[in-house]
Amino acid sequence: MQNYNLPDDRGHFGPYGGVFVAETLIAALGELQRAYAAAQADPAFQAEFEYELKHYVGRPSPIYHAKRLSEKLGGAQIYLKREDLNHTGAHKVNNCIGQALLAKRMGKPRVIAETGAGQHGVATATVAARYGFECVVYMGSEDVKRQAANVYRMKLLGATVVPVESGSKTLKDALNEAMRDWVTNIENTFYIIGTVAGPHPYPAMVRDFQTVIGKECLTQMPEMLGRQPDAVIAAVGGGSNAIGIFHPYIPYESVKLIGVEAAGEGIETGRHAAPLTANAKVGVLHGNRTYLMQDEDGQIIETHSISAGLDYPGVGPEHAWLKDSGRAEYVAATDAEALQAFHDLCRFEGIIPALESSHALAHAMKLAPSLPRDQVLLVNLSGRGDKDMHTVAEKSGIQF
Amino acid sequence: MSRIKNTFDALQARGKKALIPFVTAGFPRLDLTVPVMHALVEAGADIIELGVPFSDPMADGPTIQRSSEKALANGMNLRKVLEAVANFRADNSETPVVLMGYANPIEAMGLETFAKAALDAGVDGVLVVDYPPEESEAFARAMLDQSMDPIFLLAPTSTPARFEQVGRLAHGYVYYVSLKGVTGSGQLNIAEVAARIPEIRAVVGLPVGVGFGIRDAATAAQMAQVADAVVVGSRIIEELEKSPAGEELARVEALVRELRRGVDSVGSPT
Repeated sequence: MQNYNLPDDRGHFGPYGGVFVAETLIAALGELQRAYAAAQADPAFQAEFEYELKHYVGRPSPIYHAKRLSEKLGGAQIYLKREDLNHTGAHKVNNCIGQALLAKRMGKPRVIAETGAGQHGVATATVAARYGFECVVYMGSEDVKRQAANVYRMKLLGATVVPVESGSKTLKDALNEAMRDWVTNIENTFYIIGTVAGPHPYPAMVRDFQTVIGKECLTQMPEMLGRQPDAVIAAVGGGSNAIGIFHPYIPYESVKLIGVEAAGEGIETGRHAAPLTANAKVGVLHGNRTYLMQDEDGQIIETHSISAGLDYPGVGPEHAWLKDSGRAEYVAATDAEALQAFHDLCRFEGIIPALESSHALAHAMKLAPSLPRDQVLLVNLSGRGDKDMHTVAEKSGIQF
Repeated sequence: MSRIKNTFDALQARGKKALIPFVTAGFPRLDLTVPVMHALVEAGADIIELGVPFSDPMADGPTIQRSSEKALANGMNLRKVLEAVANFRADNSETPVVLMGYANPIEAMGLETFAKAALDAGVDGVLVVDYPPEESEAFARAMLDQSMDPIFLLAPTSTPARFEQVGRLAHGYVYYVSLKGVTGSGQLNIAEVAARIPEIRAVVGLPVGVGFGIRDAATAAQMAQVADAVVVGSRIIEELEKSPAGEELARVEALVRELRRGVDSVGSPT
C-alpha cells in the first residue's frame, strides 16, 4: 500500500463510494469539488486551517500512555490519542473548521448539518458562531430526547435545531432531511457533513481534514518511544475518527489498523450497528456505495448501539475498501463491553471517554492481556464522555 | 418498439401533450395499487409512474416520504410492486408503466434479475432517482438488454454538458424537475422552464416531461404549453391521503380529470 491514492477522480474507492444522488445535487457537488480542489492547492487556505487548529482547537492533541490501565491488564501498553481534549471535546471539530473555511471561501452565509449524538452538531454550531454563519442542525427527534444537553449547547451557540420526525427519527433520517434542505437552498447553503460518508467529495474531504490526527501520531509516537505503534485502534460508525488516524498509517505496513464497530446487543442478535463486521450486503445509501444494514428487500433497517454516534446503518466507503483489501481489520464491541471500558478508564486513568471511543478502548483491553508487554496499542480516544453521563447513569440504575 | 415511444408518437400525431401521474405503490393500501392505476388511466393518464417505496427517500419531500413509509408499513416491496404491474397488465396492455424509485431495493434484488422480472411484469421504463448518468452504465445496459427504457432526471442546475451525458443513456423520455428542491415543494418558475425545454429537447432528442410542483389544471396547462409531458406526484398523494376510505378512487379520478383538462387546453393540432 505504498502508492495508496484513492479515491479516483469520481470518488470511487474500488467498487465503493461514488456520487449516487439525484440530478438536483450534481451541480452543487461539482461546485464543492472544484472549490475544495482549489483550496487544497492554496497554501493560504492550508495555513489558515493549521492556524485555527492550533489556536482555536488547541492542537496538537497529546498522546498519553495509560500506564495504570496497561498495568492492570498485564500485557500490551495502551496509548491514547487525546482527541477528547480538543475544543468542543471531540475530533469532529477538525473537519468542521476545514469545511467552515471552505464555506467562507465559497461565500456561503448559511451552514447546515446532521447530527446523531449531537457532537457534530455542536462542532458545527461552534464554528458557525466562530465565523458568523447562520446555522441549522437536523437531529432525529429520538436523539433530541436522548441528548438534551447537546441540544441546549447548540442553541446557546446560536444554532436552530430541527427535530426530524420521519423514519426511525435518528441519524440517518437527520441526514436525509439535511440533504433535502441543501437541495432546496443550494445557492446560499453549505452542507457540513460530519463523517466520511455521503457523495464524493465528502468522504475524501472529511478524511483529509481529519488526517491531522494520524499525522500528529506519526511524529509523536517516535518522539515518545522511538517507534510507531504495533496497532492503531479506533471506533467506526461512519468512520471519520478512524480514517483520520488510519490514513497516514496506511503505508506503514507493520502497523495493524483495527476498526471497532458497535455490536450493540451482540452481532448474533441482529441488533447492532456493525455492517463491516457482520458482512452486511453492499448497497447504495446517502450518496455512496458501501456495506449497509438492510433487509432482504433492500430497505435500510434500524440499528442499535448504546452510542448514538455509532448508531448508523452504513459506513464510509474507504473503510469498505480497506476491509476488502485486508489493510484494515474490522471487529465489534458490544454495549456491555464498551460500558466496562468506559468505567475502567474513569477509574484507572481519571479520563471519562465518550461511549463511541469506549468501543475502541474495549477492543484494546480485549487484546492487551494476551500480548507481550513491549507491544504498543494506540487507541484514538475520539471524544470525552460528559455528553454520555445520562446514558451511563441510566444503565447503572441511577437517576439525576 | 416501446410502449412509451408509441404513446408519445400517437400523442404528437394528435397534437396532444402527455399527462403522467405518479402514485406510490402500496399507498394508501396494498390492495388499492392496481385499482388506483386503472382509475388513473380511466381519468386520462397517458403513462403511469409507479413509485417503489424506499426507507430513505432523500430526493422526495414530506408528502411522498409519508406515502413511502405507509406503503412499507403495509408490507409493500419491489417484488410486490412487480406483481401489481403484472396484475394491471392483465386488464391493460396499452398504458406504459414507469417505475420510479431508489437504487438500493433494485440492487438488493440484483440489476439483471430485476430487469428480467420487470420486463416479465410489463414494466416499460425505470427511473432510479439516485443513479445519475455517471453511475448508471450497468443499469442502463441492464434495462436496454430487456428492451426497457432507462429514464433520467435533468434539473435547472444541469449544464448543457449534462444534457449530452444524459442524452447518451436516456430512452423513452427525460424528466425535467422544474424546481430546485425536493418533490412537492413550493413555487414554479414557468418562464425558466419554458426557456430550458427546447434546449434539452434539442440535445437529448427525446420528449421532455416536467414535474415537481404541479398542483392543478392551471399549472398543468402552463406546463403543457412548453413541455411534452406533465408529471404530477405529490398532489395526487395528498388527494389519496385526505380521501375518506372507500372514496379514494373517485377522488383521484376527479383530480386527474381536472389535470387532464388543463393539459388538453393547450396543444391543439397544428
